[in-house]
Parts: sequence; structure tokens; C-alpha cells
Amino acid sequence: MTTAPDAPEHQGFRLSQLIYDTRYRSMTIQIVVLFLVMGFVGWLVDNTIQNLNALGKDFNYSFLGQRAGYDIGNALIPYNNDMTHGRALLVGLLNTLWVSFLGCIAATVLGVIIGVLRLSKNWLVARMMTIYVEVFRNIPVLLWILVALALLTEVAPSPNQYKVNAATGEAKTSMLFESVAFTNRYTAIPSIHFDRSLGSLDTALAPISLNFLAIVLVLLASWFVTKAVNKNATKVQAATGVRPTTWWQNALIWLLPVAIVVTVLGINPEEPVLKGFNFTKGTNVSNAFVALWAGLSLYTAAFIAEIVRAGIMAVSKGQSEAAFALGLRPSRTMRLVILPQALRVIIPPLISQFLNLTKNSSLAIAVGYLDLRGTLGGITLNQTGRELEAITLMMLIYLVISLLISGGMNIFNNRVKLKER
Amino acid sequence: MSDTHAQTVAYVRETMLPQQAAPTGQSGVIKWLRENLFSGWVNTLLTLAGLYVAYSFVMHFYPWFAHGVWDANSLKECRAIITDRYGAGATGACWAMIHERWHQFLFGFYPSELYWRPVLTFALLFVAVGPLMFQWVPKKVVWFTLVFPFLAVWLLWGGSVWAPLLVLAGFVLGWIVFSFVGKFGPIAGFSAGAIVTILYFLLAVGPLIDLFHSIIPLGIEHVDSAKFGGFLLAITLGVGGIAMSLPAGIILALGRQSDMPLVKGLSIIFIEFIRGVPLITLLFVASLLLNYFLPPGTNFDIILRVMILVTMFAAAYIAEVIRGGLAALPRGQYEAADALGLDYWKAQRLVILPQALKISIPGIVSTFIGMFKDTTLVVFVGLFDPLKGIPDFIRADFNWKGIYWEPFVFVGAIFFILNFAMSRYSMHLENRLQRDNH
Repeated sequence: MTTAPDAPEHQGFRLSQLIYDTRYRSMTIQIVVLFLVMGFVGWLVDNTIQNLNALGKDFNYSFLGQRAGYDIGNALIPYNNDMTHGRALLVGLLNTLWVSFLGCIAATVLGVIIGVLRLSKNWLVARMMTIYVEVFRNIPVLLWILVALALLTEVAPSPNQYKVNAATGEAKTSMLFESVAFTNRYTAIPSIHFDRSLGSLDTALAPISLNFLAIVLVLLASWFVTKAVNKNATKVQAATGVRPTTWWQNALIWLLPVAIVVTVLGINPEEPVLKGFNFTKGTNVSNAFVALWAGLSLYTAAFIAEIVRAGIMAVSKGQSEAAFALGLRPSRTMRLVILPQALRVIIPPLISQFLNLTKNSSLAIAVGYLDLRGTLGGITLNQTGRELEAITLMMLIYLVISLLISGGMNIFNNRVKLKER
Repeated sequence: MSDTHAQTVAYVRETMLPQQAAPTGQSGVIKWLRENLFSGWVNTLLTLAGLYVAYSFVMHFYPWFAHGVWDANSLKECRAIITDRYGAGATGACWAMIHERWHQFLFGFYPSELYWRPVLTFALLFVAVGPLMFQWVPKKVVWFTLVFPFLAVWLLWGGSVWAPLLVLAGFVLGWIVFSFVGKFGPIAGFSAGAIVTILYFLLAVGPLIDLFHSIIPLGIEHVDSAKFGGFLLAITLGVGGIAMSLPAGIILALGRQSDMPLVKGLSIIFIEFIRGVPLITLLFVASLLLNYFLPPGTNFDIILRVMILVTMFAAAYIAEVIRGGLAALPRGQYEAADALGLDYWKAQRLVILPQALKISIPGIVSTFIGMFKDTTLVVFVGLFDPLKGIPDFIRADFNWKGIYWEPFVFVGAIFFILNFAMSRYSMHLENRLQRDNH
């Protein structure tokens, strides 16, 4: 056996240690990387400054304060072409968020239905849902948006086709459920009308209808009260072992106040009515919006269906068998055992689909719906000629939306994460 | 046993009864129908609803397909023929448009006498990916895979034969320097190789191409990027993007897992930034902003610009897929590699990455499918994608004004076939790799 060699004499720091000594190597690499990145960024900035100088441009966002001078068809907040580019940006941003929000809801509802039906024991329905998922997933979303638009503009009748012929008492086309009319110019849907108005609250952004605010507040209050009722029921159950029946209390708390408020305010849907060549009353939604919303929802629903199916299948069969063995009824098994476990698998990819849908909503460009890209990255950009400012700001806004959504997802993930050891 | 039976039981049958057929309700088609379609009233309702949907679907679209016209010169003529044959009010597809313009859907405005070049490239693509996709392909074909990108670029865009050869030579030069200097240490080798290659590309490659071309002018006809369109464009962007984004994605994934805070931070910033913005905005960067970021006077090919941004986009997504693969590896693999005394790169190359990439293959394939679908967005920066660019161009022709459904069906079907095949292949791969593990 050889004896261990003596410890090497202390030689002081040598330059070669920067590369060969693992203690210093990572430092060396990081400093080199830092210099390379700084050099690269400096090079880009320098090029940009030179190019801007050559074009006689500067870099500032003062154009956001200038008059926009263009109209936006479907603005959610009051807007006219005398307002600023900044206001137009805000209108576009709200349009992006609005179509994404409605798209997420529709895609989730559709996706859950399709995902569950795909697991159904019914051979025919399961096969049909498989076809739906495969067809929608494997074809670009742009095609679905264009198809929806073409259906509305090429196939849908013109508004006056809905006109009732006085002689026969019939129209060439009839409205869906007597309240929705697809036409080649817009889609007419009912709007909500209040007989008595509480007036509206003027904020800097937009007027907020106090009626809606009242309903939302009442619902929030109901939510808090039901939460307290359930908490109390759990307390009683813990003490006595018998859970008091709360379902009728909960139902009452949810329905009664809202019903009272709504009756007091005199809510009623205002159906679209054909007057002359156009639908009046109700709301006319632009076809661009409907096409974008439908295309995004149908496409994303296929992905959500797969996520839901995978989530349900991820809960092993033993879990439901164990629940049955404990004597839980099927509904309770679903609610207390299967869903909590499936949701843990489903929610993260679901949120990332919401994120995808939000990003895909920039395809509004294909149908001419003025979203954030259409206003800031479209007309404003072309009018002011400020590509650099407009596109960087637009990317920043999209980035913030994405980071907010994924930040929310991380918080949720940490809350539902399996607590191990 | 039988004795006791004989004594205790009054009557026991001693012969077997002949086997009887199952009741009609419990066998064959009827049993299947009862179990799968009509097992309860909910199920029966669902079946009926499904049948109704399928029926109305078929009744709506079958006549349209069946009445299709393949021989006509304009949409008007198509409609006249359909009315003539099937009476007024009959609907029918006008496939004559596809018959007349299929080449534009596939190749864009690529010169028709040169179609063999993209076709050959596409065929060679399968040879090149063979060793990566199928086990039975001889491993030596990998050399062809390495050469293929240069060959493909040359075949598609044409030009002097020296351009791809000298670019390839640059990489070979870098490799030679790397393996020579690499004897003194991997970092020295890598830096020397990279510096030599970059210098070669910055200074030498342009003059060398001119020089060689003036001595031996050998080449094929040049095709401008503006002539690319249709599926040729989509596949070029898709395959080019994924091929370049794979190495970039691996580097980014390793960067994100790194112990060095700076490297890790930069990787995270890059990945999250790219994943946080829509592809369209990146394409606008390619078409509008890249000119600001590059030295004044630089103006290069729009396809190349788009491809750079698409590569960055795909690299960020692939980095996340591979990071998933890296995270799925048990800690023991890293520790075992350390225990063997492998340095970082050897450990990654020999132990970690082969396993991590294997796990990530399905994710990579689905990223590729997503990217292939997303290539249709290039229409918004003025390129002719098969989904909107080419049909819009065709509709601009007076003969085909107002033709919507036929291009949708045609292009949609091709996208479906390609993507469906890829996703099936990825599932097959998943099964195969799962078997390998056990």
C-alpha cells in the first residue's frame, strides 16, 4: 500500500487556477459570459442608435399623447377618434382581454364536455369526440378563425332576410331561439336592460353601471354568507358527528337576495328587433369578434379536452374503489376523492392553455378585430411610424399579461401541491 | 367424493349437458350494441343525438363533395356545370381550382421546371432523419444527416456549389481546431474552435466563395426567396426552425439548470420573454425591427430573418420540454456521473442528455407540430403561406373570386395528414421507449 502523498505545498494563486480549479472556474465563465452579453447588447443598442440617427428619429413615447384619429368598431369603453393613441391602446388591450376571457370560458366548458364524453362508455359518442379532438388539434387555429369568418360573411344571410313577410307571416330565415340572429354584417344578440337605473359611476376609465355593481356586490355578500354557513356546519359536524343539512340555506342565500335586487331594478333581456335594414335594440356584435372568439374557443377546446381526459385517467382506479369501500356515494366519491386529485393534474396545463389562447388572440389581425396588436401594433404604428416604440411596448404588455397569469398559476400550484415530508 | 355423493344425494346427473348457445341478447352484435350504445337511457339518448349529428353532417357535406367538378376554368363555369348536372340550387365543390393551382399551394411561385429540387430535398429529408427516427436505419447515415442542411439549402435556393461547401468547410475547420486544441483542455478547445469558425465566417468565407466560383463556376440556377410559398415555405421554416432550435434549446435548458446564477438568470430571462409574447409580435420584430438592431445598411433575406426569430421562439419552448426531461431524471444519475469522475460536459453528453432527450422526444415532436402550424402566421409579414397567402392570391384572380371552402378543405387536409402522422409517430415512439426501460 502506498502512503498518501504529502499535501501539496501552498503555492499561492496561479492564473491557471481560473480555468482548471473548479472553485474559480464558474466565476471565470460567468465573467466571460457577462462581458459577451454586455458586448452583444451594447452592439445592438449602438446599431439601433445609429439607425435611428440615420432615419432622423428619436426614441420616445410622446406619440401616445397625440390624437389617434381613427375609429374602433367595438370599443368596450367610450372612445372616439379625437382621443389619444394611449386611449386607443387601452381600448385594444381591453379588447384582447375581453376576447381572451370569453374564449377561455367557452373553451373550458366545451373542453370539459368533450373530454368527459370521450371517456364515456358510449362507443359512438367517444369516437366522435376523438375525431373532434384530432381534427381541431392538428389543423392551424388560423384556419378555424378564417372558416368561422367565411361562414359568417359568406353563408349567413343579410339582415333583411329576417324580415317577416306581411303576406305569409313568415321570414326567409328565422332567429336562433328567437333572440340570436347571425347576419353577414354582424351577429345580433339580446342585451340586458334595466327598467330602473341607479345611474352610473363615472371613473376616469369608463362609466360603471351601478346596477351591475349592485348585483356583483350582492353576489359577493351571498358568497361570504354561504362560506360562513358551511364553516359553521363543519364545526357542528366536528363536534357532534352529524352534518346539518345546509343545501336549502345555501340555495336561499344565493338566490333570494339577487332575485330581489334584480326584480327591484326590473331586469329584462332586450331582444334584437329588425327595423328597416338593420337590427335595432339588443347588441350587434361584429363578425370579426364572433369569428375570432369561435375559432379560438373551438381550437383550444380540443386541447382542454385532452387535458381533462388525462387528468381523470390519472386518478387510479383504486382511489374510487377505496372510496366505495368506505361507503361513499358516487357523487361524493367524485366530489371528495376523484376531482381534488384530478384537478391537481388538470389545472397547470389548463392555465397554460389559457395563456396560449390569450397569445393566439393576436390572430385578430386575420379578421380585422382591433385588439392590442390592431391598435398599438397596427394603426398607431402605421400612423406614427414608430415601429421600435410600438412593438417593444406591445411585447412588454403581452409579457406582463403572461407573467401575471403564470404567476397566478405558480401560487395555485404551491397551494395544491402534495405536501411531502 | 363421488362415493359419498352416491350415498347422500338422491339424484346426481352423471353426464354433461350439451353446451348451449348464449341467449341472443348476450352475444354477437346485439350484445355489443346493448353494452356500447344502449346500456341505459342516458346512453341511448347520447347515441341518438350522436347519430343525428353525424347524419346531418353527412347529409350536408356529402352532396357538396359528390357534386365536385374537376374540370373547369373558373368558379362561374363550375357553378354552371353543377346547375346543369344536378339542377338549380345544388351545391358542389369546385375542385377545378385545386386542379389548376395545386402547384402554387405546394411550391408557391417556385419555377415549375425546377420542382424536382424541392421534391428531391423533401425525399432526402427522410433519409436524413431516418437514423434519428427508426432503429433499423444503419447508423452511418448520420453523416448524411450532418451534411443534409447544407445540401438542402443549396438545392432549394440554388446558386454556386461553393457556397454550401465552403460554409461546411468552416464548420469542419472549427471541429479540427477544437479537437486539436481540445487536448489542452475542453474550454480552450471550445473557445479556439468557436473563434476560428467565427473569424472564418466573418472574414474569409465571402471572398473564398467568389474566388472559387471564378475559378470553377459550378452551380445551379438561383431561386429568390420571394418565389417561396405554400407548403414549401411552411416545411422549410418548420424543419429549419426545429433543426436549429434543438441545439439552442438544449443549451438553454442546461443553462436554466446551471449552478451559475448569471447563466441561469440569462437563460430564464430569454426563455420567459420568448414564451410570454405571441409569435406574431416576434414576426413583426423580424420584418420591422431587425433592421434597427443590425449595423446600418444590413438587409438580408426575409425568410432568413423569419427563420431566426422562429428558431428563437422554438428554442425557448424546446428548452422547457428538455428541462422537463432533465428534471425527470433521478438525482442518482447525476451523482453516479459525478462519482465516476466525469466532468460536466462528459457527464451531460454520456449520462444525462441521452436519457433526458429520450424522455423529451414526445414533447419535442408536439413542439414541432405546434411550430409547423404556426408557420402559417408568416402571411402577416408578407410571405405566401399555404393557408391564407396563397388562397388570397388565387382569389385575386377574377376567375376564382369568391372561392373559400375548397382551399380550406385542401390545405386543412394536408395539414391534418402531416400533423396526425407526426403525433401518431410520437405515440409509437413513446411506447417503444417505454418498453426499452423495462
